[in-house]
Amino acid sequence: MPSAFKKALDSGKFIVTCEAAPSKGTNLENMTHHIELLKDKVDAMNVTDHQSSVMRYPSLGGAILVKELGGEPILQMTCRDRNRLALQADLLFASSRGVNNVLCLTGDSVMLGDHKQAKPVFDLDSSQLVAAVRTMEKGRDMAGNELDGGVRFCVGAIVTPEANPLEPQLIKFEKKLEAGAEFIQTQAVYDMENFKKFMTYARQFPVKILAGIILLTSAPMARFMNKNVAGVRVPDELIDEMASAPKGGALNKGIEIAGRMIRKIKDEKICDGVHIMAIGKEEKVVDIMQAAGLIE
Amino acid sequence: MIRSITQIKPLEEIERLLDGMGRVFIVGCGTCATLTQTGGAPEVEAMKNQLADKGKVITGATVVPVACDHLTGEILNDISNPVKQADALLIMSCAYGVQTIAQQMGKTVIPALNTLFIGRETGAGEFNEACKQCGACIIGETGGICPVTACHKGLVNGPCGGTNNGKCEIDSDKDCAWTAIYNRLNQLGRLDAMRRYQKPRNHLGEPSPGKFRIPA
Repeated sequence: MPSAFKKALDSGKFIVTCEAAPSKGTNLENMTHHIELLKDKVDAMNVTDHQSSVMRYPSLGGAILVKELGGEPILQMTCRDRNRLALQADLLFASSRGVNNVLCLTGDSVMLGDHKQAKPVFDLDSSQLVAAVRTMEKGRDMAGNELDGGVRFCVGAIVTPEANPLEPQLIKFEKKLEAGAEFIQTQAVYDMENFKKFMTYARQFPVKILAGIILLTSAPMARFMNKNVAGVRVPDELIDEMASAPKGGALNKGIEIAGRMIRKIKDEKICDGVHIMAIGKEEKVVDIMQAAGLIE
Repeated sequence: MIRSITQIKPLEEIERLLDGMGRVFIVGCGTCATLTQTGGAPEVEAMKNQLADKGKVITGATVVPVACDHLTGEILNDISNPVKQADALLIMSCAYGVQTIAQQMGKTVIPALNTLFIGRETGAGEFNEACKQCGACIIGETGGICPVTACHKGLVNGPCGGTNNGKCEIDSDKDCAWTAIYNRLNQLGRLDAMRRYQKPRNHLGEPSPGKFRIPA
């Protein structure tokens, strides 16, 4: 059985995904609240895997919670913390609990997080993890041993359309597709003309592309991302627009900009959907979707 | 020439390691640690003074030519009394030297340095690691640049999303290995090599600890 998310991807409708960020600890109230608020409004919810290398409740636990609450989870899996045995075992676990969408990521450096002295693993890379899922779907593990009970996943990966230089990134992107990625969620894009150029290239491949939308919360936050977040470029016009917001109105301005970008992507059919990242402001996803005209 | 690259431990750590050992003999190394200015004659002299200030009795000090060489034991035995009288030998060489001396002398040895990597001098006073000695070399397909070493994550199929204007996400001064590999292969007209999918790495290239014997 294909997952509900896979069916949505194949239906040709405009896809919306968002994030559920696991808590630091066992208090899942906040996460539960966000899942309940958003599960019926989006096609799937990504559950992040120790985002920015900060230790948290596991993505697999969060994905199971999404499932239990009636949502459609996309399990984010990085190669940072687990070798191929642990990754495959977690894929078996996910599959056995009805978690059937996986986003394969390399993972941020351990040095960027809150356990800087931890051992980084990176036994596999993101393209190899995609290939491993496809191997397991054929009923065998990576060592060629037969599985007693198989798995089936809708497999995704990421790309950074604003990377500089871009071509090495595109070579990796093509490797992920060759390995079997069916959908791509991009790093945040703000420059729609540049993103259209990327899509002209990406359209030659049979893959669904969801544009990454990160909610801008203030002009300094946008400048911070430009300076510190790899592959994110907020154009000056948008920073000026954020700065022009009345006092206390920056967040609403950010919601307006996100809504406007999503509307443009949908109306002009630039790509197949959007992945909304409202880092720390998950309840605002509803407002963004309203601003985009996706929900009443 | 490749060298064992070392860094002097913080004095507090050396003091802790020497706790309860009042008499210390210091051994420097005339090869790698001299080049990196971590265990040559000036550093041994400075260590003598620092430890004397902390109340240690320095029974003697020497800089052996090559600490990891099997002759080191003989040299230290020739020094005889100052070595025998010491409660501990404080070794200012890489861990190969420390372990050689530990094995040869039957005394407590304390490393004064941390061994960082095997690297080569790429500029005046600058040392870089070029090989992790993984036992499964792939640089024939990466333009002679090792991504297992030069990429912070050891990725073999291309850059991660952390690459930023040709630099690495951990340090804006560190070159992204995959940008360098891409540029080199592009220059050589060999970008097809970068497009080839690399299978998961064989971590069994040489099971740790490495051991090699010339075949008979």
